[in-house]
Amino acid sequence: MTATTVQTPRYTQAQLAAMAERRRHRIIGVIMVLLGFAGFALFAANADPAAVSTFGLNTGRTAAIRLGDLVVPTQATITVLSSLCLFVGGYQIIRGFGKSTNAIFGLIILFFIASFLVWATGDKSINLAAMINSTLLRAVPLTLGALSGVMSERSGVVNIAIEGMMLSGALTATIAGSVTGSLWIGVAAAVLTGVLLSLFHGVLSIRYKVDQIISGTVINIFSVGITSFISAKFLSEFPQLNNPGTFRSEPIPVLSAIPVIGPILFDNNFFTYAMFVLLIVIHIALFYTRWGLRTRAVGEHPKAADTLGINVFRTRYTAVLLSGALAGFAGAYFTLGSVGRFDEGMTAGRGFIALAAMIFGNWTPFGAFGAALIFGFADSLQSRLAILNVPIPSQFLLMAPYIATMIALAGLIGRTTPPAADGKPYEKG
Amino acid sequence: MAESVLKEIIPPVTEVQRQSLWRRAWEAVQLPALALFTAFVVGGFIIALSDFKVLEALADTVSRLNPIGYALLILTAVVLIGGVAISRKPEIILSRLGFAATGRQSRWFNIIAVVLTIAAVIGLLVIIGFGHVLELAWNAVISAYGALLEGSLGNPAQMIAALQSGDSRAIALAFYPISESLVASTPYIFAGLAVALGFRCGLFNIGAEGQLFIGALTSVFVGYSLTGLPAIVHIPLALGAGALGGALWGFVPGFLKARVGAHEVINTIMMNYIAFRLSEWLLNGPMKRPGAVPVSPFIAESAQLPRFFPDPIRFHLGFFIALGMAVFVWWFLFKSRWGFEIRTVGANPNAARYAGMNIAFNIILAMCMSGALAGMAGANEVLGVNYNLANAFSSGYGFDSIALALLGRSHPFGVVLAALLFGTLRSGGTRMQNVAQIPIDIIIVVQALVIAFMAAPGIIRAIYRIVKPREGEVVFTRGWGR
Amino acid sequence: MAPVLELRNITKHFPGVLANDRISFTLEQNEIHALLGENGAGKSTLMNILYGLYQPDEGEIIVRGRPVKIHSPSDAIRAGIGMVHQHFMLVPVLTVTENVMLGDEMLTGGVFLDRRSAAQRIRDISKQYGLEVDPDAYIKDLPVGVQQRVEIIKLLFRNADILILDEPTAVLTPQEVNDLFKVIRSLVDQGKSLIFITHKLKEVLATADRITVLRAGRVVGSTTPAQTTEAALAAMMVGREVALEVEKAEAKPGDVVLSLEHLEVLDDRLNVAVDDVTLDVRAGEIMGVAGVQGNGQTELVEVITGLRRPVSGRVRILGHDVTGATPRRITELGVAHVPEDRQRDGLVLSYPVADNIALQEYYKPPFARGVVIDEQAIEKEAARLVQQFDVRTPSVQTPAGSLSGGNQQKVIVARELSRPIKLLVASQPTRGLDVGSIEYIHKQIVRKRDEGAAVLLVSPELDEILALSDRIAVMYRGRVVAIVDADVATKEYLGLLMAGADPATTPVPERRHKRAEVVT
Repeated sequence: MTATTVQTPRYTQAQLAAMAERRRHRIIGVIMVLLGFAGFALFAANADPAAVSTFGLNTGRTAAIRLGDLVVPTQATITVLSSLCLFVGGYQIIRGFGKSTNAIFGLIILFFIASFLVWATGDKSINLAAMINSTLLRAVPLTLGALSGVMSERSGVVNIAIEGMMLSGALTATIAGSVTGSLWIGVAAAVLTGVLLSLFHGVLSIRYKVDQIISGTVINIFSVGITSFISAKFLSEFPQLNNPGTFRSEPIPVLSAIPVIGPILFDNNFFTYAMFVLLIVIHIALFYTRWGLRTRAVGEHPKAADTLGINVFRTRYTAVLLSGALAGFAGAYFTLGSVGRFDEGMTAGRGFIALAAMIFGNWTPFGAFGAALIFGFADSLQSRLAILNVPIPSQFLLMAPYIATMIALAGLIGRTTPPAADGKPYEKG
Repeated sequence: MAESVLKEIIPPVTEVQRQSLWRRAWEAVQLPALALFTAFVVGGFIIALSDFKVLEALADTVSRLNPIGYALLILTAVVLIGGVAISRKPEIILSRLGFAATGRQSRWFNIIAVVLTIAAVIGLLVIIGFGHVLELAWNAVISAYGALLEGSLGNPAQMIAALQSGDSRAIALAFYPISESLVASTPYIFAGLAVALGFRCGLFNIGAEGQLFIGALTSVFVGYSLTGLPAIVHIPLALGAGALGGALWGFVPGFLKARVGAHEVINTIMMNYIAFRLSEWLLNGPMKRPGAVPVSPFIAESAQLPRFFPDPIRFHLGFFIALGMAVFVWWFLFKSRWGFEIRTVGANPNAARYAGMNIAFNIILAMCMSGALAGMAGANEVLGVNYNLANAFSSGYGFDSIALALLGRSHPFGVVLAALLFGTLRSGGTRMQNVAQIPIDIIIVVQALVIAFMAAPGIIRAIYRIVKPREGEVVFTRGWGR
Repeated sequence: MAPVLELRNITKHFPGVLANDRISFTLEQNEIHALLGENGAGKSTLMNILYGLYQPDEGEIIVRGRPVKIHSPSDAIRAGIGMVHQHFMLVPVLTVTENVMLGDEMLTGGVFLDRRSAAQRIRDISKQYGLEVDPDAYIKDLPVGVQQRVEIIKLLFRNADILILDEPTAVLTPQEVNDLFKVIRSLVDQGKSLIFITHKLKEVLATADRITVLRAGRVVGSTTPAQTTEAALAAMMVGREVALEVEKAEAKPGDVVLSLEHLEVLDDRLNVAVDDVTLDVRAGEIMGVAGVQGNGQTELVEVITGLRRPVSGRVRILGHDVTGATPRRITELGVAHVPEDRQRDGLVLSYPVADNIALQEYYKPPFARGVVIDEQAIEKEAARLVQQFDVRTPSVQTPAGSLSGGNQQKVIVARELSRPIKLLVASQPTRGLDVGSIEYIHKQIVRKRDEGAAVLLVSPELDEILALSDRIAVMYRGRVVAIVDADVATKEYLGLLMAGADPATTPVPERRHKRAEVVT
């Protein structure tokens, strides 16, 4: 061996990882700057300098203390927000925010959306509190569905059948609720339906080791078929079977009187409160209990869990059944928590958005909730654009969750990392 | 670790296994045939149990049951459970009785046990007084499936009579059902081929539905916006536009999979919904025909796929184009270099890389071709059947195509057979809905069950006690993969 | 005193194979008992039976005088048996504490994980046995040697006193091996008993109190280090005095075919795997690459064959710069590659033998005319090669996956060596094969050399390297630490270099006549 004369550049693992991270940060910085420019070009330039934007801070029905409307000058506000985007983006490109990049990025996107809202409400008014409230409401089924996904996938079983389970749950909730006259029995029926379907999913994917995506697809197709069949055969014949009523809004005393927050958070129906409780319970269960540790281990490295005496199959069945229960519960929201009747195909792809929220939230309960809020916001925004007479087709806003998910999957906002054994059947021995 | 040990010690194959053609043919169709049969049996139960007359009679009979009846009912349940248990484990019973439990003997024993159990259960139910209910249920199922059959294939007597009379109108009516079945099969062939081609490359294209939408959009656009072209130019142009649109929609997830490893299942699902929203917007805006309904203008006559018979028979050229595509896909997959590469990438990407194949290119190529085929399914519907495009026109062809690809075992000719079957079911389903008042959605349920049974052959084997074949099945078991 | 563990007449069949044939085995208190045998001798099967992953067909397991039935790992754990698997059973995204407590969690309030107490317990164990580790670190951030410590702590956390280590040194650097041996000693000194599975003779002699040798599923003998030698052990393992002698003439090296300059390559985890390697291989010579597995050989081969890009440096083949070129371009220059993992890379198991034979040249005549594949031509060529290379298969249409390992490897060798090649890159070409197949493949490699091809042979088996090579490059931690003439290489010398000894200070053995060497 001769001594090396050529000095070759050398990188350690940490350096290389840091380089990749820096590149990503720079891309995000560029996006921030672009958003800033877009704010100027699209909104500030098109705004009437004299216009003001009015935001209502009180929901319609409310026990809360009322506040006056928030009125801001349209163009000036947009200018400030867009300048902030530019400034922050520039700083991000040159220096970077390090670990808080994603949070800052979220803030900048919020600014951009705010610019848009301010522009759209130029010389008009919009009820901000009601809009946030409707965002939350629309996020409820998405969050519950995403929690269902988190539950199952953390144990290593892919669940793309959330949509089907929700749809079936919605139907049985209606029928059971109508027949018995009890909303609670309706909810129980929906949960049971989800459990039964997920049992099918579990048997196919755990026992028969069917590709979990095929198994999930089966449930989705089956649910469309059977709910439409029952709906066409029975519900159209006997409308009294399709009239369960809905859970009423139950304002929480005192808390619901807080201005703005009160009506948004503390004046909702059972499902919204249940969502918050489940969110916290599942988070704690997954990350702070023995059950959670074992479930996550099974989802990451089932063989390791097996060699430590953990029953992989039982753990997976438990998680899948719980996932089904959650999806069924989410399904009950559509009928008992919202419109009070079943319509064919009424989930309309919400199950897949929930799946997207789960991915977007990186397989964590609170991440999924955050994503569900964003998707819920897009949904609630599009329904208001028509009122504001904004020349953006509502369909494009409805596409946003899907496009956002694809971008997230492509790794722009940092890699999403599914559980390592997600989707892989476990072979013993 | 354990697998690697096992792999090392699996014995070499020594005996030459040659079987007759018939035997192999039976092996190839037995699983799909049994899966279909089982799915229809389950469907029959659903039909019977949702029939109002059956339900009324059931309630009536149950209300008039006396204690003896209840006792007999329990006996029936015992007989049923016992019969199933015995037929599951014939070897044990046979050896207890002192017989040599060879395969053939236990097979016969099994068949006898099943037949006896069914007979005993039915007999007991009749004795208890459920005879009427069973009869009604049987009638309900027969009338439903009879309507399905007649609606899809037509009535033979009517056909013969029409042919004898020579009246062209009568002939057309008699053969209308079967021609409708072929019309319904056509998009299925395209879409099934799309999913099958993806499977062969190890890709799960759940996005056929969206690709089909985009294909329909692009081809309807070419169909109505260009005028004055001769049909010989316009038709290929419009079909090609559909293929191109679908290919574009397949390209995006293919590209993302190849370049950043993003899972195609999620991305194709997302692309589906983007396609739905996009078509919703286009049909309400830029591509809207003046009027209240969101629907596109009619395509020019020169873009319409020619029909071979006078109205109402809609059988058109698309069917033969679909068959042509099946032959092409077969040739492409199994006879061409490109297909060899795609199949290798699907079977073992590491070996494909080792052999110098470009994995990214093949994944993108496969997704584009898959998308193009799905796009042609959409174009076919627009150019051959509807002549315009309405919102939500597809009603699930894209999802059914997953069942088709599985049922056809990802082989183009298998897909054609499966598509003919599904097309038949779909067109017969309409008649079943009208005549027997069975919602057409029962067909969807049957299809879901078919997918389940095809994907989990273990269930069918367990039910019919079939020995597992030597060669492994194509099973797609991957995670969100990167 | 009764033994801690006794296995009596354990028998285990797998379809067509008797993996364990009436194996009896005892483990005394405070003993290190080595279980020695070749790959496939039945060691892992036996230990998996002991750990409850397999059920024996016959035989008894007796722990501390009491017969026990072990149906699952939980039963084994309850009986005080713990096992460190060859591939670590650790969850990368969990912390050390979480991994250790998994399955035997400490709880507060009956529900919640008590991470703090568990971490404390881990620290105590660390201190007691000299197993240094940070309980709060994530597994994915730890080097392999530390991960192994975590595995051992897992057993101690469960109070296991019968410890099984399955090939624990395969993935370790020599320093880590030394550390491991110290730990093993301290474990035994503090009352544990230990089964040590390996196929490395030196380690056995250095650490074991007793040695049991397994061959083809049977116990062939039991001995102690004092009573035996490496050669005697090797003979027991293989069943005869092995003279892996390969008939070969003196090499006639020609022009440089493969030239590597200052190559630097990263592995999948972005660690530097190949570090500034410069190497020439000439036509008509076999360059052996010796080294403990995981010292950069895999990545080196991947770079040469185009499966991985180097960070810096150059690869030249026949004067062409092929740094970062595609595998296809490199193959077309006349390079053949026998891959390390035949089932992962070398074959499509679901394809018939014929298609696997065509895997490299399917796109060229005579296998393809234009874009059309000529099945008949493929079948004809496959039939010819199957005959020539003695592949035992029912027909060329049989799926490759149903052939035995040796015949699968012959399919690859037939495909790669039947082409007019200039460079052969063979990575562990005889891994896990029977003696007959090994001899056959060795002959083919020498034949290619004699036809004027350059050969790069990578193998962790020194016997193979010594039997075939004309020159030997020794790799250690990604560097080629020495290039030794085969005439002067001895096993001991290479072993020292592979373990990181400084070539400048290691005495070079005397020149001797190559062909006389008998390798054990």
